Amino acid sequence: MTGATEGSGKTRIWVLSFICILSLMIMVSLSMGFLSIPMKDMLSVIASKINGSLPDIAMAETYAAVIFDVRLPRILTCAAVGAALSVSGVLFQGILLNPLADPYTLGVSAGAAFGASIAILLNLSATYVSIPLFAFMGAGATLFFVVFLSWSPRQRSGGLSSNNLILSGIIVAAILSAGISFLKFIANEQVSVIIFWLMGSFASKTWANFWVVLAFLIFGFSIALYYARDLNLISLGDRSAASLGVNLKKVTIILLVTGSMLAAVCVSISGIIGFVGLLVPHMVRFITGPDNRRLLPVSLLAGAVLLLVADTITRAVLPNEIPIGILTALTGGPVFCWIFKQSRMS
Amino acid sequence: MSISIQNTGFSYGDTPILRDINCDFQTGGFHSIIGPNGSGKTTLLDIISGFLPPDRGHVLVGEIPIKKLGKRDLAKSIALVSQNYAVNFPFTVREVVLMGRHPYIDRFSNPGIQDLDMADKIMDQTGISHLRQRKITELSGGEKQRCIFARALCQDTPVLLLDEAFSNMDIRHTLHLLGLLKEQVQKAKKTVIAVLHDLNLASAWSDSLVFLKKGQILAKGQTAEVFTRENIRTVFNVDAKVEFNDYTQAKQAYFKAS
Repeated sequence: MTGATEGSGKTRIWVLSFICILSLMIMVSLSMGFLSIPMKDMLSVIASKINGSLPDIAMAETYAAVIFDVRLPRILTCAAVGAALSVSGVLFQGILLNPLADPYTLGVSAGAAFGASIAILLNLSATYVSIPLFAFMGAGATLFFVVFLSWSPRQRSGGLSSNNLILSGIIVAAILSAGISFLKFIANEQVSVIIFWLMGSFASKTWANFWVVLAFLIFGFSIALYYARDLNLISLGDRSAASLGVNLKKVTIILLVTGSMLAAVCVSISGIIGFVGLLVPHMVRFITGPDNRRLLPVSLLAGAVLLLVADTITRAVLPNEIPIGILTALTGGPVFCWIFKQSRMS
Repeated sequence: MSISIQNTGFSYGDTPILRDINCDFQTGGFHSIIGPNGSGKTTLLDIISGFLPPDRGHVLVGEIPIKKLGKRDLAKSIALVSQNYAVNFPFTVREVVLMGRHPYIDRFSNPGIQDLDMADKIMDQTGISHLRQRKITELSGGEKQRCIFARALCQDTPVLLLDEAFSNMDIRHTLHLLGLLKEQVQKAKKTVIAVLHDLNLASAWSDSLVFLKKGQILAKGQTAEVFTRENIRTVFNVDAKVEFNDYTQAKQAYFKAS
């Protein structure tokens, strides 16, 4: 019989092609920017870096510094954030049985923004650590409050229904955004820092940022893949999934926490970047179908490519760098409208 | 495999849904649960399937208390055709039917030859083979219900629970699937427990009936004995004429506007 094996074979081809596209995109993005590095020089700088020497070309030292200290950490952080947001989007859409869900559905972005605003307002020292830390704590606290709010002991099977989770998320996010407005109001001259942070950016990201996102991504993706088949069964409805042996309560909580932690770490590193987590799972579902075992890996790679393309445009193509959150919303929104309309018409 | 419910009660908060339920569902029997809306039929199935733990009493699956069975063992013993036949993502019919094999497939394995053959066989038997590559989200209500039914059969369990499993099916498919169940009950000694709204179908196809009202069993026993005018009157508050029908070879009830 073909079906199942045929599907996984096709997935392998998609995964391989996305890995190629991603590698190519990283190369292209490395060579582009304020200082344009010819591809030939760049490859020799990279090759000699592996040997531990400098190539015998003009500006070798500058090129090496630009590539390894400035562009590569930014590019890799961006790709990892795109990947993590997409995986998180797949998880949220799967658990909440709602194709409108995204990594921020449970108010994680509002919580992170609130935390970051407080850190900026208090003018804490070591902003490179304190802002992400406060953002992460804000996101975590919001998640637990939302889950607490929607928990009902009467609903003995799962305890958490998707409608209650979405509703609690909306309520908490509304309160937090009012709180953010208040913080902006009392922030005086700090207000522009808050606004810029909220719009998202990968400018001046470090290797440390990349390693943190990568660690969370590997951990979160492994958990997601481990429960991918249970996530498929959840789409049959809670009773049917339970009758097939899925431990609903456990799987729901674990995947919600995993998805939210991925979103929280992304937001705390790079600010709020919308539409990637909503758009990528939708687009990838057209090629892989809804099976999460195929959807997850392809979404991860597609998200990395998409966000890297967007960041390269803001960094190297546009005359002035605009915040990436604005670019993804401005381009992702219309694309989403088009996809949505197409699916209505067919 | 038999199911035995002993002194079982269940309530949501202060609202009792089931009170002191005692009944046995014998191996190799087709059992139907009938009763008005809100009488606790679905909750009773939830307790048998292990979806809800009862407040009081015991449920025995075969000889074993349900609490002692692991989720996977339970999934190999009891399958459920749920009232809710919506599938939220566009899986193909074949993928949905194959989900029935979940308890038998290791976490990181793909379905084996026997799983795929089983799914194909069940799709043939239930008459949905022509839909196998269609997306389930694009099918009609009755077609979806047939797929969900096939999914439960594919689970290949000794006990099968049906919650309004035929509510959107046309009469031909309903009879075909009921015939399939009857055959499995008789030949493979499966146990079927069905919640049905159509009293005449319940009478024609069931070996035994349980009448449920306000969370209590008002009557239970062999279909021919308990399918009476009096029981229908007390449980549903309607008048009926009940008589043996030669054509269906079963007692049937007739209603008229009053």
